[in-house]
Amino acid sequence: MKTIMSLGYDGTYEGFLTCVFQTFEQNLEVHTITLENLMQASMFGKNEVVITDLEKANRVQNALKKRIAASGTRQLYWVFLSEKEGIEMDLLSYIKLVFKDEKFSTKDFGNHIVLKINQIAKQVHREKHRMEAFVRFKLTHDEIFFATIEPDFNVLPIILPHFEARYADQKWIIYDLNRNFGIFYNLLKTEFINLDFHETFSIDRNNPSIYKASEIEFQKLWQEYFSSTNIKSRKNMKLHLQHVPKRYWKYLTEKSTWQN
Amino acid sequence: MSFERIKEKLNILADAAKYDISCSSSGSKRANKGGLGNSDGVGICHSYTEDGRCVSLLKILLTNHCIFDCAYCVTRKSNDIKRAAFKIEEVVSLTMNFYRRNYIEGLFLSSGIFKSPDHTMERLVQVAKKLRLEENFNGYIHLKSIPGASDELMQEAGLYADRLSVNIEIPTISGLKLLAPDKKHEDFIKPMEAVKNAIQIYQSEKKIIRSTPKYAPAGQSTQMIVGATGESDRDVMYSAAYYYQKFKMKRVYYSGYIPVTNDSRLPALGSPVPLLRENRLYQTDWLLRFYGFDIRELLNEQHQNLDLDVDPKLSWALRNQNIFPLDINKADKQLLARVPGIGMKSVHKIIEARKFRNLSWEHLKKIGIALNRAKYFITCNSKSFERRDLSPDQIKGFILQNSASKFRDDYGIQLKLFTP
Repeated sequence: MKTIMSLGYDGTYEGFLTCVFQTFEQNLEVHTITLENLMQASMFGKNEVVITDLEKANRVQNALKKRIAASGTRQLYWVFLSEKEGIEMDLLSYIKLVFKDEKFSTKDFGNHIVLKINQIAKQVHREKHRMEAFVRFKLTHDEIFFATIEPDFNVLPIILPHFEARYADQKWIIYDLNRNFGIFYNLLKTEFINLDFHETFSIDRNNPSIYKASEIEFQKLWQEYFSSTNIKSRKNMKLHLQHVPKRYWKYLTEKSTWQN
Repeated sequence: MSFERIKEKLNILADAAKYDISCSSSGSKRANKGGLGNSDGVGICHSYTEDGRCVSLLKILLTNHCIFDCAYCVTRKSNDIKRAAFKIEEVVSLTMNFYRRNYIEGLFLSSGIFKSPDHTMERLVQVAKKLRLEENFNGYIHLKSIPGASDELMQEAGLYADRLSVNIEIPTISGLKLLAPDKKHEDFIKPMEAVKNAIQIYQSEKKIIRSTPKYAPAGQSTQMIVGATGESDRDVMYSAAYYYQKFKMKRVYYSGYIPVTNDSRLPALGSPVPLLRENRLYQTDWLLRFYGFDIRELLNEQHQNLDLDVDPKLSWALRNQNIFPLDINKADKQLLARVPGIGMKSVHKIIEARKFRNLSWEHLKKIGIALNRAKYFITCNSKSFERRDLSPDQIKGFILQNSASKFRDDYGIQLKLFTP
């Protein structure tokens, strides 16, 4: 009987793909794949920390591309970014199907794991689209358009190309407060950054020590526009909340009260 | 600029523009070449107002001064309201500054007609031109085609705008005579014709010379007010089908009339907005554009108005029970699209999934079809299915019992007839 294994990795997609490589290469019976710092001593089976290896990760990625094309591998990456509990094992079962089932198709929606991966990818896509919509830049004194987000899924890496293409002639930062990293575009290229926020430092949208005076005026104009464009006789709060769930309100200049 | 003054103008001119419902920012393709903005075909709704409508574009009038006196319009000249006008630079600055903050996808600029149609259209074109040529702005621009504007101006407008639209407003010619006696039907049609022709010419030239500039890449749209002149749903949708076909419209919008005036020719102030009817018209519009229905199947001499209590697809299926039940694992795509409770996305999923195995109720449920409606019209890989010989009214009754609708109060009285 094979030993049941628990694999730990560093949280990167390449790290996960290295685990996949190892599973296939050593023909392992894997029970869980988790972040290495979350690994628990197990009564049964064996724990192993897998060291990320870009070459191995690439081999898996390329083999996948041959079977399910670029759109299929992108879907897997997006699902990984959902960070859902246990998602690594769902991805592993999916990848096993890809390599072992001759007739495998990414569109076999009658297969529960194919459908599940497809549906999670859709959720991630929705969150990506929401962030592309709900980011609100505020112009700082040093001419950087600054925005913070706290997305449900780790979508910063996949919203980057959109913002890079669109805001090419201004410096900007989008910062994920939950995951404590951000992307900074400096007119030449976009880099991943970490910022230290002091406890006394308020990034509130109307803090005049950070944002330009004109910035605060434009926020007021936007709020004015938002309320003027509403048609009161058609009020439909249920629909409103469906489109803009309350958890997003805090980023939205137009949804928060001025005094806070 | 004075923010106080701008704020006041924005209040007046956004308020006056809000009855124009189009907020689409999709369907164009404009790359960013080192400047600001792009559109990659997918629209983005940056916010939603409390009435549930999407906010994608900065939607304003250049001015609400108007020489016309259309009864249904809030900016008609006889209405005693505050008037204001933006300067061209002010619109440009607002657009750029809102766009830079990721508030909007672009600008939707309309206007009351001041001095003359050409004079007005020329100003609108100037705004778009300045944004494109001086500010290097590649976001979305939707310009209103002003009825009566010259073909030359419409030609120029399309070079800077992604979409052009002229609102037909009143679906019937007799209605237009009643409510807007100084506007002529031809004045609406002429700019539509000019834009349609220009789009065709530019597209065919593009095939030969790749550097041909884009002309209104997101096409044109129009809007009709519903419920102002007693027109039937058939009148509305036959007009819509005509505009789709004749002018290759990307969209026709339907706007439930919101009383803005006390005028004996119109529903009184305070009359409810016909939201449910508007919803049914949009559903019908979708059936035409995506589901392969012909308008004559849905509305005709026998059925001049859409049912309010059920959606138009279900209503059609109940009238055509002879083609059901369909076998989910065998039926053509076109027929699958006609099953109540199955949308186009589910149709595609079913078509793909059934290549690999015969689908059961469990599969269909997981794929996401609305079984509470669909089950009366389909069979699948299962021994259990609806065997009773149910009449259309019985099916309708069962479906209504097991569904919730925010519009239920609007047809509650009718519903009682079906409850056993």
